[in-house]
Amino acid sequence: MFEILNPTIITLNINGEDRDVMVKPSHTLLYTLRNELGLTGAKPGCENGDCGACTVLVDDWPIKSCLMLTVEAIGKKVLTVEGLKNAPIQKAFVENFGFQCGYCTSGFLMVCHSLSKIRPNADDAEIQDWLQSNLCRCTGYEEIEDAVKSILVKDI
Amino acid sequence: MENISQIGVTTIRKEAWDKVTGNAKYNSDDIRPNTLQAKILTSTIAHGLIKSINIEKALNSKGVQAVITGDYYPALTGSIINDRPPIAKDKVRYFGEPVAVVIANSEEEAMAGVNLIEVEYTPLPVVASVTEALKPNATLIHENLGYYYCPDYTVYPVAHTNIADHVKIRKGNMDLGWSESDVIVESTLYLPKSDHLAMETRNTMAEITPSGIVNIYTSSQSPFAVKEELNKIYKIPEGNIIVHTPLVGGAFGGKAAIHLEYLAYLASSAVDGRMVRITNTREDDITISPSKIAAEGKLKIGATKDGIIKALECTYYIDCGAYADTGPRMAKSIAIDCSGPYNIENIHCDSISVYTNHGYVTSLRGFGHGVCTFGIERLLDKLASKLNMDPFDIRIKNAIAEGNKSPTQDIITLSNTGNITACLLKLKQVMNWNEGNIIKTDKGTIITKGIASLWKTSNSPTNASSGVVLTLNDDGSINLNFGASEIGPGMKTTIAQILAERMKMDVENIHVFMDVNTQITPKHWKTVASMTTFMVGNAVLNAAKDLINQLKEIGGIALKCSQDDLEIANQKIYVVHRPDIFISFKDLVNGYQYSSGKSIYGQIIAKGSYITSGLTPLDKETGKGKSANSWTVAAQAVEIEYNPENYSYRLLKAATVIDAGKVINPKAARGVVMGGMSMGLGLATREDLIYDKEAILQNSSLRTYKLLRFGENPEYIVDFIETPQIDAPYGARGIAEHGTIGIPAAFANAMSLAVGTEFDTLPISNEVIWKTKTGGKYDSF
Repeated sequence: MFEILNPTIITLNINGEDRDVMVKPSHTLLYTLRNELGLTGAKPGCENGDCGACTVLVDDWPIKSCLMLTVEAIGKKVLTVEGLKNAPIQKAFVENFGFQCGYCTSGFLMVCHSLSKIRPNADDAEIQDWLQSNLCRCTGYEEIEDAVKSILVKDI
Repeated sequence: MENISQIGVTTIRKEAWDKVTGNAKYNSDDIRPNTLQAKILTSTIAHGLIKSINIEKALNSKGVQAVITGDYYPALTGSIINDRPPIAKDKVRYFGEPVAVVIANSEEEAMAGVNLIEVEYTPLPVVASVTEALKPNATLIHENLGYYYCPDYTVYPVAHTNIADHVKIRKGNMDLGWSESDVIVESTLYLPKSDHLAMETRNTMAEITPSGIVNIYTSSQSPFAVKEELNKIYKIPEGNIIVHTPLVGGAFGGKAAIHLEYLAYLASSAVDGRMVRITNTREDDITISPSKIAAEGKLKIGATKDGIIKALECTYYIDCGAYADTGPRMAKSIAIDCSGPYNIENIHCDSISVYTNHGYVTSLRGFGHGVCTFGIERLLDKLASKLNMDPFDIRIKNAIAEGNKSPTQDIITLSNTGNITACLLKLKQVMNWNEGNIIKTDKGTIITKGIASLWKTSNSPTNASSGVVLTLNDDGSINLNFGASEIGPGMKTTIAQILAERMKMDVENIHVFMDVNTQITPKHWKTVASMTTFMVGNAVLNAAKDLINQLKEIGGIALKCSQDDLEIANQKIYVVHRPDIFISFKDLVNGYQYSSGKSIYGQIIAKGSYITSGLTPLDKETGKGKSANSWTVAAQAVEIEYNPENYSYRLLKAATVIDAGKVINPKAARGVVMGGMSMGLGLATREDLIYDKEAILQNSSLRTYKLLRFGENPEYIVDFIETPQIDAPYGARGIAEHGTIGIPAAFANAMSLAVGTEFDTLPISNEVIWKTKTGGKYDSF
């Protein structure tokens, strides 16, 4: 247990690097990523956990960074879209036109990337279960489905 | 010299890799130090006088730099009618209207300041529906209506009423039409308000530099209109205003309206021009900023016993909410296209824009066409049923064709409209219509199919303009600069493809300036109305012509031959009959240097522009006139599976066959049509801004305002007909909005068939069906 009552410097593991950041106890992870670290790939869409545009991976699992306090990420590994390096899902989104305006894309990429690591054999029901966490207003979702299926193991 | 076509070939979007790496920058990502944050105090009632505002406590609150109210710089705004103060003055007219703006060092300090402002209202009677607004003794929402300045001179607000405008269509002879009709069918409709719900909420930053430059950074479809409006309203010299728009995180018409830009400018001016950011929360975006119109309609159609339509009478009441914005223009759109893509010789249509105390409105994908399409397409299904005709047959029988006249008496050609019959025939095929449109399954469910046709014009100003500037790099590649915002459909790439095709070069060697900066980007009217490909496409073709002329002029000198003998391809200029004699663009970019070292000509800069031409305002009494150059037609279908046991349904298929003229980027085109259908299905099945009887909005978050989620989507079918539009770039028509327009009607037709009840109101949820069938009794299971 630890207690943070005032603005404090903490160390976070972001995209494989330890980064020192100033936080207030009330700061969300989304706020810290964007405003303290300049990692603006995670987007605010509702700041209420409804849209998923701010999704990042915390210890490999998708988390809505607007619903997590920064201090809760101490000791955990945070991966943002900026930390994806030639992940297959990025190319799959480009080739399948998995976005139009692109604002929700980072969040979808992180969910899909995590799914491909944690449940590489996911069936349709599981894909749906995971991807219903996020909203896209531009596409018909079919493009995103095509993209994620192209990187999952196909022999199921 | 061989050349591969760039048109009709799927091309990866220019900004694609930025969008999958987090590198794409939207206005909301523009986070700068030393930027003040502004928050809006909003009205807690829908209609009332502002008795007092006490800002003392807020001003003394920690971190607060300034508080401004409607008295700070009283002015009225509005693209059609100047009826809206950016900050309410003396009176509030909708729940969520800005009453004060607090500017502070941080967002939380601004919010704390907002909470310290005390406002006292004297409530006024609330006008919560069009019906109430039109009563003879109705409470007036705008006492000064009739005296407001109208930037659009073809709008006619009625003094001492709540009527913002009245568009009339009087075509043919109604008495004749009715007398020729064997059957008459009537229908009504109600379509609620809904939200654009772009994933990036509206947000703007403003600063006024010591040298007098007003920099506006905004997520907008209309950066050039922002510049013009700030000039008009706040008397800032237009050249001093620079509007910057990076990638836009979705817009759908909602960012065509100018809204936060006024507030950000005022806020900055209140703090000595410091940079101020104002960002809507999702709740602000739904509550404060404008949303879609609501509409009520009454329709009556007459036809012969063979199904030939003889007369159409329709009245639409458009709920514009508290301020008109582009509401009256959408009402006009509804009127001018009220017949749908059908030949109807006798039409009487009234489309009336009405003020209420609901949130105000602006354009939303389809620009009103969803309303008239729902009206006519529901009516046609009812007519077909009465005549015992197939829904396709009645539509094909009446399909508009070359030589017919539109409701505004404009002449229809195959080029200016496309081929609706071909769309319908193709749709019939892809939907397996011959297997039947109502199928009972072994499981006890019912599968039904519903269809709708649509057409849409742009209804743009008669002088909308667009420009393109081309410069060249030393490697011979081209920089393409134009003023459309990249809001999602990929128009920056589309225009690059058109240029590549004309220049016979690889689109990879065309570099697009992705942002808009109104000081250096040529003007583009607004990124709206599915007009970018048409307008900028024509401008870029003109620019390419200029570029080719310059290259040939200088190339002729370099190659010592007549310009007439020269042709271009693959970034080279070559002699037509001797392709081995050529000079590369890269050697001409900065002029030509002789072997002696002497140089001529200088760097090549090419330009092209386009302006809408030949359009006229509509006659006030008859609606006669030419409001657009062209239509796009499409036919759509929805297939659903209904379970009568528990009143639930599933979406199985949604289909669109659209006459695109020419498909430029196939995968992008499919995506934009499919995305349109997705939005249409949202409107059809769940989207609805709910107001209580005091006009207080009830659902302002994504937890209560539901969108379609992954997996709820049906199987999508998108197909294209290609009837070229002669005056369009490579024949390509606008297709960006159309996927949305007919889907609600097609869905309602399918649901009505499945449930055995006529649905003339949206959305149609499981709950709505249950209530319709049972009266909403709790023990109905």
